[in-house]
Amino acid sequence: MKRETRHILDHSFSGLGFFSIFLLTASLVVVLGPIFARGISAFVFKGTVEFRRLNYEVFNRGNKNNIRDEIQQAAKYREPVYTMLKQFKRQLNDGEIPGNQDYSNDFKELSKSVTELLGPEPGKETPVLMRDQYGQTRWDKAKETLHQVLYMEKWDYSDRSAMGKKVFVPRVQEYKGTSLESLFPYMEKNLENMLRPGLTFYWQFLTDSSYDSHIFGGIFAEVTGTLYLVFGAMLFAIPIGVTAAVYLSEFANENSRIVSLLRVCISTLAGVPSIVFGLFGLAFFINTVKVSGSKSVLAGSLTLSLLILPTIIRASEEAIKAVPRTYKEAALSLGASRIRTVLTIILPAALPGIITGIIISMGRAAGETAPIIFTAAVSVGKPLTLFQTLSQPTPALPWNIYNLVTEHEAVDQIRHVQFGMVFTLVMLVLILNLAAIILRARISKKLRG
Amino acid sequence: MNHQTTPLINLNIAPQAGETKQTHNIFNEQVHVQSEGFSIYYRDKEAIRRVDLSIPSGKVTAIIGPSGCGKSTFLRAINRMNDLIPGCRAKGKLVFDGEDIYGEYVDPVLLRKRVGMVFQKPNPFPKTVFDNIAFGPRINERKSKSDLYALVEKSLKNAALWDEVKDRLNDSALSLSGGQQQRLCIARALAVEPEILLMDEPTSALDPRATSRIEELIADLKGKYTIIIVTHNMQQAARVSDYTAFFYEGQLIEFAPTAQLFTKPKMKKTEEYITGRFG
Repeated sequence: MKRETRHILDHSFSGLGFFSIFLLTASLVVVLGPIFARGISAFVFKGTVEFRRLNYEVFNRGNKNNIRDEIQQAAKYREPVYTMLKQFKRQLNDGEIPGNQDYSNDFKELSKSVTELLGPEPGKETPVLMRDQYGQTRWDKAKETLHQVLYMEKWDYSDRSAMGKKVFVPRVQEYKGTSLESLFPYMEKNLENMLRPGLTFYWQFLTDSSYDSHIFGGIFAEVTGTLYLVFGAMLFAIPIGVTAAVYLSEFANENSRIVSLLRVCISTLAGVPSIVFGLFGLAFFINTVKVSGSKSVLAGSLTLSLLILPTIIRASEEAIKAVPRTYKEAALSLGASRIRTVLTIILPAALPGIITGIIISMGRAAGETAPIIFTAAVSVGKPLTLFQTLSQPTPALPWNIYNLVTEHEAVDQIRHVQFGMVFTLVMLVLILNLAAIILRARISKKLRG
Repeated sequence: MNHQTTPLINLNIAPQAGETKQTHNIFNEQVHVQSEGFSIYYRDKEAIRRVDLSIPSGKVTAIIGPSGCGKSTFLRAINRMNDLIPGCRAKGKLVFDGEDIYGEYVDPVLLRKRVGMVFQKPNPFPKTVFDNIAFGPRINERKSKSDLYALVEKSLKNAALWDEVKDRLNDSALSLSGGQQQRLCIARALAVEPEILLMDEPTSALDPRATSRIEELIADLKGKYTIIIVTHNMQQAARVSDYTAFFYEGQLIEFAPTAQLFTKPKMKKTEEYITGRFG
């Protein structure tokens, strides 16, 4: 081969490598960027006076007098709204509305939107559901609700060949000539005064329980549930996995058929779809062994530990095999038994590699959804105490992300919670990994001397 | 009853009755390790062929020979390190202190406490200097801190390393130089207080300066321990050993006092090898 050709080949290969890394980074940014940007909105956002009222009434946070003043300030601007609505309602009941348009249906819709925006009208009895007790707590949501107030949703069927089209008609036109006409410009102009948005840093999102199925409050139960599941899985998987790896690499007879069969089984186990593990966990741990009456953190941890066992065994085995043979020879030549050699020399030297395996499987256990559907996860629940994990199911981040998006009755209302959960899960895995990587680096450094 | 003070390597304490033990060899030295018709196989390949060798007690015995002649295999048989190699088995007799090393009831762990070993490449554990030396003593018994420290100091002094590392006992052993590491390994082996010290080409990975320090050390240890050293380097064998065994293709060709073997070899093969005609 000519020198120039070799040069070109070398360069194009490194170019290809660089390109793939660039592609990977770019896709990561594309995926993680929006998650981070929108996830942070669960923590940092513009909160309205309603948010501060909620914070005081439910969590007892904030200065009572300040909040009372604020509520009074806001009420001053809200009063004309209620007055106009009341007047129009009376006219509607008495049939005094000019023109022949029927406003009764749309007025109901309008009142509902206003209640949603500002909360229940003062003086009325407190609604049962918590979501009805407060107006919009977030400024971005408030602006969306204002749009609902200002515009009427209509369907345009004029084009018969196509599907109906949604159009927004300004209510100010619809209500032209009635006493309500001035309501809409007033609300648009005074929304800020009625809700008083202010920048809020709601870090308690992580440590607050959820209220009214995630419409208010935080995700503490999900975070603790995930941590319980991850550490539970590690508790079972690490001792069993490392012991198995020690057996396979140090004690098992390499030529034995049973040992090769075992290795094949472990590889196969690594490739089993996670939902199968979930079903197995239900059938075995809950229905057969009966570790708990029904779903529980314990059953979920056991199931997850089975899922990550192959990873831990494989990584540990490789790490143990990579320990220089000379260490083992030296220990044995000093009269150490095999088990002592393993415990005092081989395992400490293999620790960085074993920890790598643990890091990988920890991330996996934290993010797995399918195995915990049948064994551990529920949509709504309180944070558990350590003792309760033996018998109680728990909400967990991966399952609740899915659950909120697919089954929640007010999906659009709580987008920020969903993104907040995704963000928290990603950060949780990142932090766990970072801690493990630092630990590994420290041990490696100590081993290298 | 058997009233031996040293721990037996054989779990079966009863001595084989009626067996006459040869305690002195032809050079009228007390024998420490003796092989009779001793062979080692790697699966079907015979690595050592019917070797008869009496290694004298308290002396330095060198084993020389070209690569692949089985000298390391023989050495590693004495503390049964060959057990680590799958498919390796022994035939014949290899007697240590009157007991067959490959006997049915021998516990290799007990054996290795009495037969220490130093390897070709320095192989300190990735631990501190102190923990390296203390590794062997800690296995055997619970010693008080001061006893352990005294033992570590004694071992390091025996290995002529104390002065260099006395301020670095808590540093990683891997931070020492190659020669220091090898002397550390010797000290580590000495800390178990063995009777025999096996050395498998202990200086082949070291520079000349470190090599000469190890050789001085071997001279110091002579008399206190039975030392068996495998070496590629004939000058080294001539310098440090009292007796030399020449192995060729798995067989013992000649065993004689070193001076005699290097000056007046009896066998033609030996002469050819030491004069550099092959090997």
